[in-house]
Amino acid sequence: MTSQSLIDPNDTWTKIIRPKRGLLDLRLRELWRARELIMLFVWRDFVSAYKQTVLGPFWYVIQPVLTTIVFTVIFGNIAKLPTDGLPPFLFYMAGNTIWNYFSACLISTSNTFTANAGMFGKVYFPRLSIPISVVISNMISFGIRFGMFILFLVYFMLAGSGIHPTWWILILPVLMLIMALLGLGIGIIVSSLTTKYRDLQQLVGFGVQLLMYGTPVIYPLSTIQGAMRWVILANPMTPVVEVFRLAFLGVSAIAPLFLLYSAGFALVVFLAGVLIFNYVQNNFMDTV
Amino acid sequence: MSDTVISIENVSKSYRLGTIGTGTFRGDLSRWWARQRGKPDPYQIVGLADHGNQSGETIWALKDINLNVQQGEVLGIIGRNGSGKSTLLKILSDVAAPTSGEVKIKGRIASLLEVGTGFHPELTGRENVYLNGAILGMSRQEVSRKFDEIVDFSGIEQFIDTPVKRYSSGMHVRLGFAVAAHLEPEILIVDEVLAVGDAEFQKRCLGKMGSVAKEGRTVLFVSHNMTAIQTLCQSGIWLDAGQLKEQGYVSEIVTTYLRSSLAEEDINERIWTDIVNAPGNETVRLHRISLQPEDGKPGDLITMQTPLRIEVEYWNLLPAVHLHATLHIYNDRGVLAFTTGAAFSSDYDLYTQPPVGLFRSICHIPGKLLNSGFHRINLMLARSNTMGSFYLEEAIGFNVIDTIQRKIAWFNREPGVICPELPWEIEYLGNRGIG
Repeated sequence: MTSQSLIDPNDTWTKIIRPKRGLLDLRLRELWRARELIMLFVWRDFVSAYKQTVLGPFWYVIQPVLTTIVFTVIFGNIAKLPTDGLPPFLFYMAGNTIWNYFSACLISTSNTFTANAGMFGKVYFPRLSIPISVVISNMISFGIRFGMFILFLVYFMLAGSGIHPTWWILILPVLMLIMALLGLGIGIIVSSLTTKYRDLQQLVGFGVQLLMYGTPVIYPLSTIQGAMRWVILANPMTPVVEVFRLAFLGVSAIAPLFLLYSAGFALVVFLAGVLIFNYVQNNFMDTV
Repeated sequence: MSDTVISIENVSKSYRLGTIGTGTFRGDLSRWWARQRGKPDPYQIVGLADHGNQSGETIWALKDINLNVQQGEVLGIIGRNGSGKSTLLKILSDVAAPTSGEVKIKGRIASLLEVGTGFHPELTGRENVYLNGAILGMSRQEVSRKFDEIVDFSGIEQFIDTPVKRYSSGMHVRLGFAVAAHLEPEILIVDEVLAVGDAEFQKRCLGKMGSVAKEGRTVLFVSHNMTAIQTLCQSGIWLDAGQLKEQGYVSEIVTTYLRSSLAEEDINERIWTDIVNAPGNETVRLHRISLQPEDGKPGDLITMQTPLRIEVEYWNLLPAVHLHATLHIYNDRGVLAFTTGAAFSSDYDLYTQPPVGLFRSICHIPGKLLNSGFHRINLMLARSNTMGSFYLEEAIGFNVIDTIQRKIAWFNREPGVICPELPWEIEYLGNRGIG
């Protein structure tokens, strides 16, 4: 490209800025070099999340328990939805714990561009480091929620409720990865589109809410029959939630093989997301 | 050619004016739906021609910029607001992409388009130093190694463990600049960061930038402060309406730039040839008013050193009436700097009987008196008994340029409405009283 570099071999440019970056020029090496920055963003999110709140990290503990109680009362006691014979409290807590990580990833990455426009406009660093750090910092709150869940699980087991976790618990890291890729993928696609359409932002919270009802979070897959079952199964989050219950509560109506579908789906969405994000980041300062 | 560290080739950048699309998905959808039915666009602004979605007007923020920056060069970038300076820096910083052209950079680049980017209000100063350092591209060890230096430079040791949200804006800037100042990049890009902070801190920032430049690093510096530009930089470029108007030695660039900006707002000479339409009344009509350096012509550059001559020519319409001109000199803050009048002069003779006709009054303002900045002059022509006076506001306006190369680093305008050079003496009185 550069005629000079052909003449003078010492003439090595470290950076070349061109109008349009190639669709596949993802600058992954830069992203790798920014790993320290990503961890700093994670640390920042975590520290700032509970500074200045009266209850501090306690929030992370209270929230899932309260939500589970509300679910148990409304869906279990009032609506009387079946729970595969499991204690309703544990059933809802399991669904809630796993679903929450996915929805948090999606929602908090979906405003990457609009929320960071000020910073993006002033200094260059690999843009993907922001959504990636968000997905990682969500793992911390997931960890706390998950710890709570395990406490209740052990309590119920000791109380003799006949729950038997299976060896599938070992697959938890894979479930996390699938959710992270899926949440991040959808999130950054939305954030790329919000540079043009601001109102998509409002749609996200609503959409995630709807998606939850399309996922066996508050009901078991076993209660869904007929054509609806296939609709629910087409949702890539269905196998994740069901396998999580299979692993920790020992009951599920799904063949774990369906996870392969989820994984493939998540990977495709993630790659598409990265491509779109990369394309948009090049010029978003002019449109945002 | 191997010491070229920044090579800018045919870089242009265009922006589309106005809103592209309606900005919301709902808006675009209903616009599309309206078009499908042949209805008028519901988002059309009434009274404006339909530009449609495709043909927004474009404006060239930069047009065909070609520039090579050498290793160790300290380049000042000057130009009016909106001339494309910041856009150029944004492209070099990789924050905005050019519309066409190519930029090649050799070496680690750090750009300071803003200080304290990414500061989180809930985090303490210490925590933000690490965060900001990482955003700017420093590693953790690097920040740790320089941490004490950074804090020392910022001068806010006591508050380093206080959340940044409790900082004053000045402290914010100090800490932000302190981090950036310790980046040690090969190329440093600075955009008008000197506009913030107090004089003492500005001095420190400039000193730091000067030492960065002395270490052989390349610095690109945008500022409206010509004194700072001239002190720090050797070479300069002048951007005008997105184009590279001139490049060369900084002192020449600054002088031509200042001279050109004069022409726009200055009124150095006004002439009325028609006595009927000239400003005035039944006593007096103004013919001409002009301002120029003593040895120059109207429109020449005026610095704080330049002695000035103001000429007022007027028709005296009544016989045996004494008229005298008085000038009120205002500075750009609207403060009346001083008043001077022909009647104050000892040469002025009240006792002769002036005839009807054209008169010329000349006022000499010595050099080394006025402060820098824009000045307006209001003219008053009064009869000796102060009756029937005629007043013309903003008769002339002119800029006084500060080009003093000072021995001390003070790059701002001197305080005060005037800045006279007065005789000073320094005497050594021996070591009495010291012991």
